[in-house]
Amino acid sequence: MPELGKYATEVASAYGVTFLLLVIVSIFYWQKSRIFKRRLLAVEMRKDA
Amino acid sequence: MSIQSGIKYFWSSFWQLANPKIFMGWSGLWLPWVIACTVICLSTGLIWGFFFTPDDVRQGSTVKIIYLHVPSALMAINGYFLIVVGSLFWLIRRQHVSVLAAKAAAPVGMTMTLIALATGAIWGQPMWGTYWVWDPRLTSFLILFLFYIGYLALWKAIEDEDKAADLTSVLALVGAVFAVLSRYAVLFWNQGLHQGTTVTIADGVNQENISSVFFQPLLLSMVGFGLLFFALLLVGTRTEVRARRLKVLEAFERAH
Repeated sequence: MPELGKYATEVASAYGVTFLLLVIVSIFYWQKSRIFKRRLLAVEMRKDA
Repeated sequence: MSIQSGIKYFWSSFWQLANPKIFMGWSGLWLPWVIACTVICLSTGLIWGFFFTPDDVRQGSTVKIIYLHVPSALMAINGYFLIVVGSLFWLIRRQHVSVLAAKAAAPVGMTMTLIALATGAIWGQPMWGTYWVWDPRLTSFLILFLFYIGYLALWKAIEDEDKAADLTSVLALVGAVFAVLSRYAVLFWNQGLHQGTTVTIADGVNQENISSVFFQPLLLSMVGFGLLFFALLLVGTRTEVRARRLKVLEAFERAH
């Protein structure tokens, strides 16, 4: 771990906020993708049946 | 292959992506590679920047925030330009995939803007003595963030998808002014606290305004953020194409 000195809180919070937001937005895209993929597959299977 | 025929080939391939079926095939093929490159570049750039770069003489360890702030700000602006280009393609050529890509770019662009604003505020407190100041660049970035929110809200508010695409495209074009301001405010508005651009390209040559010890991991982080944006854009556009097809099929089911 690097020595962050008196600015440790600022640097850690900047990295914390960024990772949190990037994880949230990635999960949002992935989850939405999974939902629509599943729904479309179900409708296409009904159509082909 | 000559340069001219190469460019011609690129454009003909590019326009083919307007076909949803071709886009789904192409993006499905490239997405795993884009994700792999994103993970490699982003983790390498951030680990290098955080653990293996020295403190700045004046800014101390806060200089490590640069590996988050600059790439996110870059993608916030470029993401909006992408929305503008997609909107223009929709308005001029009525290409559904382009406007769906613009729609898919908005949430990740908004997140990048929020990261740039948050990390800028956190960095500003120890360096400027304040989290926020009504500086031209900061203010134009805040307005850009509001445009992202407005763009997404307008998509949600209108039921008819083609009408929503028309109105959001016009809104995106209006907001382009603030995207340009966010990018160039520091160049012609010399009254703020915000510094000039960290990396500039003049006469086709990269001019580094920072030491190479900071610049190299920063460049890698910028590529990583760009690839992350592109990966999420592909995922989002694929989802929007599927959602559009789902809507058509469900309407067909209801009618029969």
